[in-house]
Amino acid sequence: MMRFVLSLLAAVMLAPIAATAQDSEPLHIEITDGVIEPMPFAIAGFIPESSEAADMASQITQVISSDLTGTGLFREIPKSAYIQNVSSFDTPVKYSDWQAINAQALVVGSVGMQGGKVVVKFRLFDVFSGQQMGDGQQLAASPASWRRLAHKVSDVIYSRITGEGPYFDSRVVFVSESGPKDNRQKRLAVMDYDGANVTYLTDASTIVLAPRFSRDGTKVLFTTFETGFPRIKMLDVATASARLLPEVPGTMTFAPRFSPDGTKIVYSMEQNGNTDLWMMNISSGQTQRLTTSPAIETSPSFSPDGSRIVFESDRSGTQQLYIMPAGGGDATRISFGDGRYSTPVWSPRGDMIAFTKQNQGRFHIGVMRTDGSEERLLTSSFLDEGPTWSPNGRVIMFTRESPGAQGSASLYSVDISGRNLKKVSTPGAASDPAWSPLLP
Amino acid sequence: MNFAVKAVLAISMLGLAACSNPDQYGSGATGPGGALGPGGAGMDGVSQGGINDPNSPAYFSQTIGDMVHFQVDQSTLTDTARGILSQQASWLVSHPSYTAIIEGHADEQGTREYNLALGARRASAVQEYLISQGVAGNRLRTVSYGKERPLAICSTEECYMKNRRAVTVISQSAVGS
Repeated sequence: MMRFVLSLLAAVMLAPIAATAQDSEPLHIEITDGVIEPMPFAIAGFIPESSEAADMASQITQVISSDLTGTGLFREIPKSAYIQNVSSFDTPVKYSDWQAINAQALVVGSVGMQGGKVVVKFRLFDVFSGQQMGDGQQLAASPASWRRLAHKVSDVIYSRITGEGPYFDSRVVFVSESGPKDNRQKRLAVMDYDGANVTYLTDASTIVLAPRFSRDGTKVLFTTFETGFPRIKMLDVATASARLLPEVPGTMTFAPRFSPDGTKIVYSMEQNGNTDLWMMNISSGQTQRLTTSPAIETSPSFSPDGSRIVFESDRSGTQQLYIMPAGGGDATRISFGDGRYSTPVWSPRGDMIAFTKQNQGRFHIGVMRTDGSEERLLTSSFLDEGPTWSPNGRVIMFTRESPGAQGSASLYSVDISGRNLKKVSTPGAASDPAWSPLLP
Repeated sequence: MNFAVKAVLAISMLGLAACSNPDQYGSGATGPGGALGPGGAGMDGVSQGGINDPNSPAYFSQTIGDMVHFQVDQSTLTDTARGILSQQASWLVSHPSYTAIIEGHADEQGTREYNLALGARRASAVQEYLISQGVAGNRLRTVSYGKERPLAICSTEECYMKNRRAVTVISQSAVGS
């Protein structure tokens, strides 16, 4: 894991400016299902405090701009339109100049180098009510972690304006794919949420599938064919060292996921053609059977409080979603629409389940409440599958595969409102994304 | 579901036998990086001997056929499949020095983890049938590749029907029997 020193020196206070009282509402984006016009914003800076910080300042500005516009909720006003020239971090903001170009939010920041660290200062202004939003902040990190600094700044801005939790400073573990469709090479890789800083965690010597982060982001579970048979492996992200978890000889194990406290995993074990759900205590290796039906039970996912598990089963004849207590027992079916439902994943907020749905030859990513109500399909394509939640429960990333002999997999993301569907940048073909928690 | 219930009953005792000699298959015997057999995701030792030599692995894989196919989202053996598997079983019974790994595969019209489980059902259906035809359970092992190793790569039923398969990949056992 990247070493990161983050100091949050609260309240870099700006001398109060005579607020030009206006009748406007405080700046806020309410993310609803309706179509919204992206909020225009301006970044005056980040101003380099010395010549050696100049490159860093421009790169940090670029990442922040890309984070915010990437949500689909913000639109950056081009610098050429700016009227006021903000030459230093302490230049008083001339609100009328920013109102004139309809910038609703204004970010003023600076980047300096102090004691071998990059130091970023910034303030956020609500232009039309003529006041600063929240305190100014100062953040510092080693130069290697400059992108994380930028994401942290974006997270503060995003959270203050939308009221949603932060998510930019996060990572995604996924399967990097290459080679022809009938002999796909698959490697585990991890990257920043926006596709930067890709690191490979395994080589291409065997098939690896469906990695999942622990809640603290330090470990990843995945399925590997390295023994010739699907087995579960647990990998330490910092060292990339991994160990196979114990198994019953002659079985296949797959579809693992950590419990929220990280002490247990829930997974599928196949014996004699039948696939059931099991729980394993990671340190003792002790196992407990959670389902006993002759149907296929797979893709289990814990509720954030660890008390329940959502999973898919074809016990009714087709794949459907069920919720049961984390210790096993009676399961309640929650999916009732047309088609087949699979790969349920509990949202980090606890209120929703994301899933894959197959219906009439199309694949969809959708969300529903935990009681199955308010089902909404967010996407539709030849093959979408395997949703994963952003740390704030606002965005879903998933695999989209194109059809045909030349078909290949890509990562896509979509807001849970169904807006802002877009391809996630990866070095090559990619599948099976799993979002980390917000980094510390 | 009927099949699955039967499979559990029929194979639960054989599982013990299969477990008793897991080393027979060697670690990594079916590494996907290995040479591609006629239908398998990877296996070795199927090249010696001609397809007309009844004792050759090539006869097993090509003349008899090492592969059976399934309907969409099903693991029930068709009559055609049973015919092929009966011949596979006879061959295995008369060639006791061979063991087999049965690979179950699915087409791409399904989610990854479900397809792993579906491939396992298919492989298990084949294993159960071969055992019913007299092949010792400890000579057979199953694996599922789900949708990870399609044989045909187009995205129409023409290819999907080829990919919904179970492949009996034989190899000469070091142990004999």
